[in-house]
Amino acid sequence: MRHIISLLMENEAGALSRVAGLFSARAYNIESLTVAPTEDATLSRMTLVTVGSDDVIEQITKQLNKLIEVVKVVDLNDGDHIERELMLVKVRATGADREEIKRLADIFRGSIIDVTSKSYTIELTGTSSKLDAFIDAIERSAILETVRTGASGIGRGDRILKV
Amino acid sequence: MSVELNGAEITVRCLQEEGIDCIFGYPGGAVLFLYDELFKQDKVRHILVRHEQAAVHAADGYARSSNKVGVALVTSGPGVTNAVTGIATAYLDSIPLVVISGQVPRAAIGLDAFQEVDTVGITRPCVKHNFLVKDITELAETIKKAFYIASTGRPGPVLVDIPKDVTQQTARFVYPDSIHMRSYNPVVKGHSRQIKKAAQLISKAKRPVVYAGGGIILSDASSQLTELVQMLNFPCTNTLMGLGGYPATDKQFVGMLGMHGTYEANMAMQYCDVLVAVGARFDDRVIGNPKHFSNENRKIIHIDIDPSSISKRVKVDVPIVGSVPDVLKELIDVLKADKEKFSHETLKEWWEQIALWRERDCLKYDRDSAIIKPQMVVEQLYNVTKGNAFVTSDVGQHQMWAAQFYKFDKPRRWINSGGLGTMGFGLPAAMGVQIANPKAKVACITGEASIQMCIQELSTCKQYKLPLKIINLNNRYMGMVRQWQEFFHGNRYAESYMDALPDFTKLAESYGHVGMQIEKPGDIEDALKEAFKLKDRLVFMDFITDQTENVFPMVPGGKGLSEMILV
Repeated sequence: MRHIISLLMENEAGALSRVAGLFSARAYNIESLTVAPTEDATLSRMTLVTVGSDDVIEQITKQLNKLIEVVKVVDLNDGDHIERELMLVKVRATGADREEIKRLADIFRGSIIDVTSKSYTIELTGTSSKLDAFIDAIERSAILETVRTGASGIGRGDRILKV
Repeated sequence: MSVELNGAEITVRCLQEEGIDCIFGYPGGAVLFLYDELFKQDKVRHILVRHEQAAVHAADGYARSSNKVGVALVTSGPGVTNAVTGIATAYLDSIPLVVISGQVPRAAIGLDAFQEVDTVGITRPCVKHNFLVKDITELAETIKKAFYIASTGRPGPVLVDIPKDVTQQTARFVYPDSIHMRSYNPVVKGHSRQIKKAAQLISKAKRPVVYAGGGIILSDASSQLTELVQMLNFPCTNTLMGLGGYPATDKQFVGMLGMHGTYEANMAMQYCDVLVAVGARFDDRVIGNPKHFSNENRKIIHIDIDPSSISKRVKVDVPIVGSVPDVLKELIDVLKADKEKFSHETLKEWWEQIALWRERDCLKYDRDSAIIKPQMVVEQLYNVTKGNAFVTSDVGQHQMWAAQFYKFDKPRRWINSGGLGTMGFGLPAAMGVQIANPKAKVACITGEASIQMCIQELSTCKQYKLPLKIINLNNRYMGMVRQWQEFFHGNRYAESYMDALPDFTKLAESYGHVGMQIEKPGDIEDALKEAFKLKDRLVFMDFITDQTENVFPMVPGGKGLSEMILV
């Protein structure tokens, strides 16, 4: 099953490679990984999307907790949570397609953030599956370039991950 | 009051503050300032090895036999890469070490400088934690953290990489009294409700077994374990790493379990109804295939300091995370307070069953052989040393015979590479044991293949007059490889034969030691006695043993514990 795991860790050189190294050394899957400092500059927050059986996910959270620089680990799937990912897509937009792509972007609540005579760059935010759906809705040959941040997640309501 | 010291002085002062009396190392370009400071003082003794792998193994043997943190010092580049085998060995067996490595100056890092490697990157997967000290003002605190992390929680090796220019810079020296890390807070006390649940299961057990591993030794919990086992009249088995955790000569001890465990220990594990696992991790060499060892047929209580060891290979029913001696003490108290006193009578049938398994006499071998049987050498060593020696081993058949036939009654006496299985461990580890225990009898049980992996250390033993007794069980084969080839590869002995062996007697003599060769079973005892009489000499005893002897019982890879090959 797909799990979204959030963790707080010391914002130190090498901390990221410890997490990445753990996943490769123990043959765990990483679908996406995103990390940036928090409002407290000594801490980084990482969101990991991984796939595994319950036993594997249990080991992943335990092994992450064991890393000396990791302060807290939460499996967001243990409760209600919100997940968002940002994607930028550059698509070929000429002739009749120009209007069609704009309409599609509107339907997905995306915004066009760069325009040339031949292309649009669309910014889209949502769950990872919504971004997948947008990609599927555009003719593949029209896509010039995509870049995705990987999912970020946060618990709903009172679920707070903080030191 | 604090004074301004250079990085090398700070490092040495930190070692002094930690009470480190001895370190093991090998000098080189990046650590010259450190060596200069070691030279100028006499509180921290330095033992010069002949290869960095041996420095780490020696620090490891020192730590295992003394419950102090072992310290090794190596230079950058090849110094570190040579040390990696030693570090990984300590990591797999959770041994508290601090390894200090030199690094090229900060300005040269990343430029493929002479003797530069990415030490932190190379060692990351085989250390509990590592540091690169980029700022002299953080040096003392980093070393304090290294000792704290290495020795608390589940212990392990910690590496501190220090660039050469950091050892030259100066800073005020203040050694912190204690360390607080928000990201690292090992659990000590077990969950009381879980301990009560465990007590309930224990008091209802009809076919219980206590299965105790290296965690007992590492946490010095032998007395608590022994008290619990004897109070309950339960059978107890130890893993290879746990030997000595429960007295091997006690009637409740059923021997080592696992791939080469006793018939009675493995059968008791397989057919028990309540399993109390303490400081052990259900390793593949211990329980074989986990598919044949589910918790459906038995209830499993697992006490361990490391949550990630629990339910990793085998699902458990009552997990208890905590320091083993603390949890055991609380468990004993709960059981004692229990009004429905535990009845020894209910275990009568179980002990009768175990007696039947014991009758199988699974460790029997041909005692009338005209050729030396390796088992007999270990038995005689046990008799001659009255079970009081520290015994290190290398890896292979001799290691298993040592574990099966030397009855360890005390913890920290049996020192071997269990997790990584590092050939070459035995001799340097024995050096560390002898240095930590200068008056003790120290024997290294080895084979002619393993001993050659760190044989250069005979020179270190000469320099420091270490009176080790090396028991070389020489069968002219890589015995365990040959055994697997015999059982599973149609007797095709691919590259497991040791051609062109040295004359070990002369080799020992050339290093300034005493060499002996023993060929007849009748000479074993006298030779051992003679060797141990030479109290201040290293004696290399080359026993020419039966080439075809195999280690039994054996649980083949992928099989369940009850599927043993027996003699």
